[in-house]
Amino acid sequence: MSNKKLIYGVFDEEDVLMKTIKTLKENGIAVKDVISPYPVHGMDNALGLNRTRISICCFLYGITGTCLAFLMMWYMNIFDWPMDIGGKPSFAFYKNLPAFIPVTFETTVLCAAHGMVITFYLRSKLLPGVEPQVIHPRQADDYFVMKVETEESNLVTVEKMLADSGAVEIKY
Amino acid sequence: MEANFNITDKRYEFTRNSKLISFVLIAIGLISVIASFATNSHQTWSNLLANDIFFLTIALGGLFFLAIQYASEVGWSIGIRRIPEAIAMYLPWGAALTILILVGNYITGQSSGHFLYHWWHYEYFNPESPEFDHVIAGKSGFLNMPFFMIRVAFYFAVWVGYAFYFRKLSVRQDNALNGTELHLKMRSASYVFLVLFAITSSLMAWDFIMSIDTHWYSTLFGWYTFSSLFVGAIAVIAVAVGILKRRGLMDHVNEHHLQNIGLFLFDFSIFWTYLWFSQFMLIWYSNIPEEVSYFMVRQDHYRIFWITTFFVNFVAPILILMTRDAKRKSMMLIVMGVLVFIGHWMDFFQMITPGVVGAEWHLGWMEIGTALGFFGLFRYVMLNEIAKSAMFPRNDPFMEESLQHTL
Repeated sequence: MSNKKLIYGVFDEEDVLMKTIKTLKENGIAVKDVISPYPVHGMDNALGLNRTRISICCFLYGITGTCLAFLMMWYMNIFDWPMDIGGKPSFAFYKNLPAFIPVTFETTVLCAAHGMVITFYLRSKLLPGVEPQVIHPRQADDYFVMKVETEESNLVTVEKMLADSGAVEIKY
Repeated sequence: MEANFNITDKRYEFTRNSKLISFVLIAIGLISVIASFATNSHQTWSNLLANDIFFLTIALGGLFFLAIQYASEVGWSIGIRRIPEAIAMYLPWGAALTILILVGNYITGQSSGHFLYHWWHYEYFNPESPEFDHVIAGKSGFLNMPFFMIRVAFYFAVWVGYAFYFRKLSVRQDNALNGTELHLKMRSASYVFLVLFAITSSLMAWDFIMSIDTHWYSTLFGWYTFSSLFVGAIAVIAVAVGILKRRGLMDHVNEHHLQNIGLFLFDFSIFWTYLWFSQFMLIWYSNIPEEVSYFMVRQDHYRIFWITTFFVNFVAPILILMTRDAKRKSMMLIVMGVLVFIGHWMDFFQMITPGVVGAEWHLGWMEIGTALGFFGLFRYVMLNEIAKSAMFPRNDPFMEESLQHTL
């Protein structure tokens, strides 16, 4: 573990970046991550990243929202203060369900959306107070940064490969 | 990025056996209708109308799908364009059958007194008659025979005309040098058609379906019918594409195209539920007797349809088609397409039948036989049309985009 080193290649062209990922892959060197100012088509496949699980999170947050809304509506309008809804004093949850659907929908969307955003921030370590990881000042502007992890003995080869394939800068 | 594959001139062959299936289905339909008439079933006309309107509007949904593809210049759908085209070619058949059913019912109704549409009894409009109905008479500005006939003629002229126009130009494009020019022509035509569709689809829903319950009205009804017919058309497209792909006739359709169709099915199922529920909730909430009566009949006597359509048309698509992997499987599209198709058939059945026969309805072999007969005809017309042209439309300016489509 100790002799693993990180090397960063900075690129200014999307195509060059994609080609470099391919050549590195062919030589058995794995690219750990790419920092890009915008989503690059086909990057996930090229890096061999797993599919995001945020959609599963979204579903779970949504279900939570639905349950919360049902609980809230039941408590407020049926249990704590029985309401006569639409001139139908049934005071039963399932009979008044149509009136609760809009609120349930809104709460589901609220929980799913906020849950996803918060999860995404937590997962990508974008929290207030966290030191931003700036490798190159233009990485969020128009430059792409490639993060390669390799053995110390291999460092020179990788550096040469990056330089040959058209990296603008190489950093450690 | 991907290797460009060879577009072959693959064609669907409408084999004798396949034709035979359609003919058997049509025969079953004819026997059912004749048996239905012979046994004096009071539901015969309502069955005919419900099935006819269901398949007619599905064809209309296919035409609408085609028009939005042209109007928004969509690239991915070029490879599946032959399917909505073929669906839309059922429109002349559907129109002819509708006219037959309306005329037939009007003539037999003169002696039996049972009209599909309540307002066809002219006594309701006569202030001297003991049967004078104030509410129906108040609608005479819209619901009168001459204007009704003009409207129906207008709908059919517009729909059939555009269906033939799009089909003709699309087939011509296959061997044309000026593919882009034809595309632009169809694009301009689709703009006009979409405006006409917005008007005719709403008016059609009032005329053919809502005026059965003459006293009742809902401002959302046109939209509600539109959503139902569009989901039906997408279900047919999904099933057809799924089957053709599994037979190896649609190599140009990859999982990304399938996902797009799955998305359409998923999204518009939710859209249908949204309108279905909005219409119900407002009426349920306000609890006004003349509005609620519509739902009372359905709730008391058609409860099974209520529950089934909700689960089949909403819960099943939303849970099963939610994941990306499900949308990308052709088998899943076929299964869900069939399910949603049946669900929307039930939806149309419960839109039309209660207004005609009220509580005394039944769903026996005669009803299912009639539906199978209409399905047989629809299937025959659609497959016959698909077989007439190559599976992949050539010379479209978006051809390459469709082949390269990735999500």
